[in-house]
Amino acid sequence: MSGSFSVFARELKLAWSGGGGAALPVGFFAASASMTPFAVGSETVALQTAGPGVMWIALALSSLLPMERLFQADLEDGTLDAYAGSGIGMEGIALAKTLAHWIATGIPLAVVAPVLWIMLQGPVEATGLVVLASLIGTLAFFFFGSIGAALAAGMRRGGLLIALVTLPLYVPTMIFGAAALAAAADGADWVGPLLLTVSAALFGVATSPFGAAMALRTAID
Amino acid sequence: MAGEGASSLVLEVENLAAARGLRVLFEGLSLKLSAGEALELRGANGSGKSTLLRILAGLTRPHAGIVRFSGGGEDAPRHYLGHLDAVKPSESAAEQAEFWARYFGRDTQAAAAAMKRVGLANRSSVPGRGLSAGQKRRLALTRLLIDPRPVWLLDEPTAALDTEGRALVSQLVADHRASGGMVIAAVHGDGFAGSRSLDLASLKTGAPKSGANA
Repeated sequence: MSGSFSVFARELKLAWSGGGGAALPVGFFAASASMTPFAVGSETVALQTAGPGVMWIALALSSLLPMERLFQADLEDGTLDAYAGSGIGMEGIALAKTLAHWIATGIPLAVVAPVLWIMLQGPVEATGLVVLASLIGTLAFFFFGSIGAALAAGMRRGGLLIALVTLPLYVPTMIFGAAALAAAADGADWVGPLLLTVSAALFGVATSPFGAAMALRTAID
Repeated sequence: MAGEGASSLVLEVENLAAARGLRVLFEGLSLKLSAGEALELRGANGSGKSTLLRILAGLTRPHAGIVRFSGGGEDAPRHYLGHLDAVKPSESAAEQAEFWARYFGRDTQAAAAAMKRVGLANRSSVPGRGLSAGQKRRLALTRLLIDPRPVWLLDEPTAALDTEGRALVSQLVADHRASGGMVIAAVHGDGFAGSRSLDLASLKTGAPKSGANA
């Protein structure tokens, strides 16, 4: 257990110290959502209709950005060999690394989400829900993404493979998450769709470390 | 240094074969190694030294055959030092040694002692990217010292090391064996005093993997 926890602490530190790991995804997220009014027009009704969907597409794609480097650096510099060669389970390593990267990047994404929500003319009362839903959504995106990240770790320019493998896994989370925000914007009941988003995230957290570990063991074989 | 129970440690390899793609690297490898023994793996580049070490480390699956560690505790804890040093560019040398200490559940005293032993005590605040190739290798060697484990699997441990560094590795290996540890190392040139030697080139058949239409 000390192994996984120390990897978690190290990854968190590396993510913060290594030149702002969150900057690119957060910038991408902010840019794509803030450009929406230019594309769909600035009428309130149009923005309110498109808002929840745009938020979730931007959130999903931003979460995909850091995935390429999630395991690649450790594979390239021999760290993954050192982890695996010392007999500590790859599942724990995958879980620790993914969770640390979610904290370092996913939480900042959720923090800027309300600003974009307001920019897209979303109701101010729903900002708390926007943060909560974004936290849950990015958790799901990061964990499902870790499977693609592990599969593509041994490949040069594996980003396309990550997108192909991961985006279908993102779809349920995106449907439920966008439905929750749309319901909140309409003043309807958003608890049901939010709970479904939670269940998608929990499924991702529970299963993806095993899938990622399998892919990583193949990558170092 | 090698922990309790190490003195009864035995490694048995039976009829081991390794393949990369369709190419058989070696086959029919059988050997037995006891606690306190060292085995040098020799052979030309590409003869399968690294692959054998990775198989013994549990990183790569053999094409055929059995690897069995017995009598060394639960699963004979191993250290695998590959030709990559697992050094992070942004972390300082001391931080990396301390990370491994925490990873292995040891206190940071062990990291400081290991840094001193490998001659990096005055480089502790230098980030990984500022270390020379030899210093990175020395930093990798600290893992062996931070957590005493009975089996050491070393892939060209003296690569990039200076004369003094090579002497250090020989001394570490001698100390490890004296305390009942086992060392298997791929080497070129000078080996370790009193160790057995295995030439993998002698096991090479050059035949394609059975069942493959190469």
